[in-house]
Amino acid sequence: MPISSLVSPPLGDSPLGDAFGTEPADVDPSSPDSRPRRSLVSRPSISDSVFRSVAFSAGTITVLIMLAVGVFLSLRAGDALGVAGFNFLFEQDWSPETKKFGIASVLFGTITIAVIAMCVAVPLALGTALLISEVAQGRLKSTLVTLVDLMAAVPSVVFGLWGVFFLQANVIPVATWISTYFGWIPFFSVTDATGQALTEASAFTSSAFIAGIVVGLMVVPTQTSVMREAFSQAPIGEREAAFALGSTRWGMITSVVLPFGRGGIIGGTMLGLGRALGETIAVYMIISPIFTINWEVLKTGTNSVSALIALRYGESSSFGLSALMAAGLVLFLITLVINFTASSIVARSRSGAESD
Amino acid sequence: MTNAPSTQATDPAASAGPSTLVMSETAVELEAELELQAAAVQHTTNIPSSDGIEIGPRRRMRAARVDDQFNILGAAAAGLAIAVLLFGWFGPLSGYVGFVIVAFIAFIGFYALLVSLKSDWQEVKDRVMSVVLSSAGVLLFGALVFVVAYTLVRGQEALPHLNFFTDSMELAGPLDGLELGGIVHAILGTLMQITMALIVTVPLGILTALFLNEVGGKFARFVRTISDAMTALPSIVAGLFVYSAIIVLITHQRSGFAASMAITVMMLPIVIRASDIVLRLVAGNLREAAYALGSTRWRTVWHVVLPTARPGLATAVILGTARGIGETSPVLLTSGVTAVVNLNPFEGPMISLPLQVFDFVKSPEPNMIARGFGAAAVLILLVLALFAIARLIGGKGPGDLSRAQQQRVVAASGRDLKRITVAADRRFQLEAELAASPDSSSPTVPPLDPRTKETSS
Repeated sequence: MPISSLVSPPLGDSPLGDAFGTEPADVDPSSPDSRPRRSLVSRPSISDSVFRSVAFSAGTITVLIMLAVGVFLSLRAGDALGVAGFNFLFEQDWSPETKKFGIASVLFGTITIAVIAMCVAVPLALGTALLISEVAQGRLKSTLVTLVDLMAAVPSVVFGLWGVFFLQANVIPVATWISTYFGWIPFFSVTDATGQALTEASAFTSSAFIAGIVVGLMVVPTQTSVMREAFSQAPIGEREAAFALGSTRWGMITSVVLPFGRGGIIGGTMLGLGRALGETIAVYMIISPIFTINWEVLKTGTNSVSALIALRYGESSSFGLSALMAAGLVLFLITLVINFTASSIVARSRSGAESD
Repeated sequence: MTNAPSTQATDPAASAGPSTLVMSETAVELEAELELQAAAVQHTTNIPSSDGIEIGPRRRMRAARVDDQFNILGAAAAGLAIAVLLFGWFGPLSGYVGFVIVAFIAFIGFYALLVSLKSDWQEVKDRVMSVVLSSAGVLLFGALVFVVAYTLVRGQEALPHLNFFTDSMELAGPLDGLELGGIVHAILGTLMQITMALIVTVPLGILTALFLNEVGGKFARFVRTISDAMTALPSIVAGLFVYSAIIVLITHQRSGFAASMAITVMMLPIVIRASDIVLRLVAGNLREAAYALGSTRWRTVWHVVLPTARPGLATAVILGTARGIGETSPVLLTSGVTAVVNLNPFEGPMISLPLQVFDFVKSPEPNMIARGFGAAAVLILLVLALFAIARLIGGKGPGDLSRAQQQRVVAASGRDLKRITVAADRRFQLEAELAASPDSSSPTVPPLDPRTKETSS
């Protein structure tokens, strides 16, 4: 690059003169070697190279921030991981002071909440995305799209407030009913230590079920917008072909829109899952933290990695902080893997465009 | 219908004219062509003229029929009745949520039954699924409206007190009434933190988006992948990162600055992503026109791409701001809770609105909870206002102008045209005069006189 930019100015000048016809006699196809070849490499102007390098450095800074997140977490987590080793993933207790700590229970809680959130969010998001892309038209459609965007911007603390002060009281009867009639399914039973089934309302508060519902509502907008975009890219020719063959609208959706949007459905679900795993404040407000694995999702007490960090960061020694960093690192890696997978699935399902 | 035959007669002749010219190379082909024409005249499609025929309003293809409406109403009534029956007379069920669920399931069942009286299985599926999709939307948006409205309604207890907006919690204890104390420290903290975050995010985010779109290349694709991955970064991890990178290493204390850096990490990918989409929507022919006129890359970006995308970029920034304002956990980790106004971003804890909400509702005192809802209502109103502004600015795509803007653009380009052509003509005239004056005696007839008249009229 520097060589060509050094060479190009004298070469660039003379053909320009030719083009304006000052020396037409010289341009002779029979003697191409009489003058040096014209270089086609353009010399960037100063403003261009400044712009290029500034933009490049902005991109680099963005990447560096992301890398720094991983690097700093790993460095700080090193202490704790060195002590705990592989046991970090399998220990349920959390007491860094006695060197006995691990994320088995909090990770389990995180995953239960996320799975419940998916059970709530995916049907809602799928239905809403199909509603927006296939059923709604005109004004209604753009209004619904705006509402979905707005929902994504509602702060999580507001969802948390709603979950604690409204949903908790109103969903407990449902939870009681489920545990009474579907208690034979291990997940849904609510028992005390002796295996006796519990029915009083206090056994059902602050459960993973309630947290999952709230987190589910919070991730619906993410999933809806990804799915809607995938559905709206289903080719018009196939849609019309389905209608022309006499299909109903639902028939067209099942035979054209859903197969074409499969990547969007999977990718959107996973993006939402990544969000649900990382959600902190709403979960922290709703749950009552415990450090044992609780299979009974309707029963009081669960935990999540992010809630653990928010709960313990203040009272921690430097080693305790290192342990929290290790927990954060695990959460970071999990969401990163899920998100990369989701992005590549969404990108592959699209034709042409790289993203969005 | 009166002149329909005439169109039938003239149309084939007119359309066959050129094709006979092309095809009449050999006599055989000509004969075949004539035969074909004769056939075409006999079997041609008869398009009746629309003259004199009244065209009614366009028929709505998707309009619901009367019996569809009755089906929905009847099924809704039956579903409600079943739910009342189950919850009122047979006892095992209670609670509003359960009532709604039972009523909905009964409604779907009855609706399917009613539709199946008149239609086949395919249509039943179609109708039922339409209702299910619509109710998913109603449920979701109902939940959204309900969450927002619930906060606003419960916030009404604290909002009418003026001191709520002018005082801090410095002198107010948990047991004090709502006449004492307020959230001005949280409002100021939020404003300062978001301002500092925007100072970093806006240039960095938009420049990165420009890098992705205008510079491109392999590294740009990598940056895009990374920034996509950053959108799912858990907020608590962003807080931990800032804690370990800035607080432990540099400032050694929690501060508003650290909180704003954490918010930046959360906002940056949102702004990059949204700006990236907006910049990609800038029409390629605008860029190409700029390059064709010989402008450099930077001039194209500055004079064409950025002005075209300005509303969209503003929307991107505002949406990022709305997200950043609501972040709680990074502020919790990096700045912490305080009850006093702190205007120094580099020293001491500086609380923000969402964190203040979180802190208020941890208390069991009803007054504190009322304050929490009041602060949450303020936060929501702030987000809604930002969102409304974003829609107002960026509801349209790039280059999509309103009527007044369009007129202004047309007028401006008309002026430009005049300026350019008049100036060019004047120069041509001058050159012509200069060329003509030595040897010709009549320089009063410039060669481009008619063109001047044409453009000026």
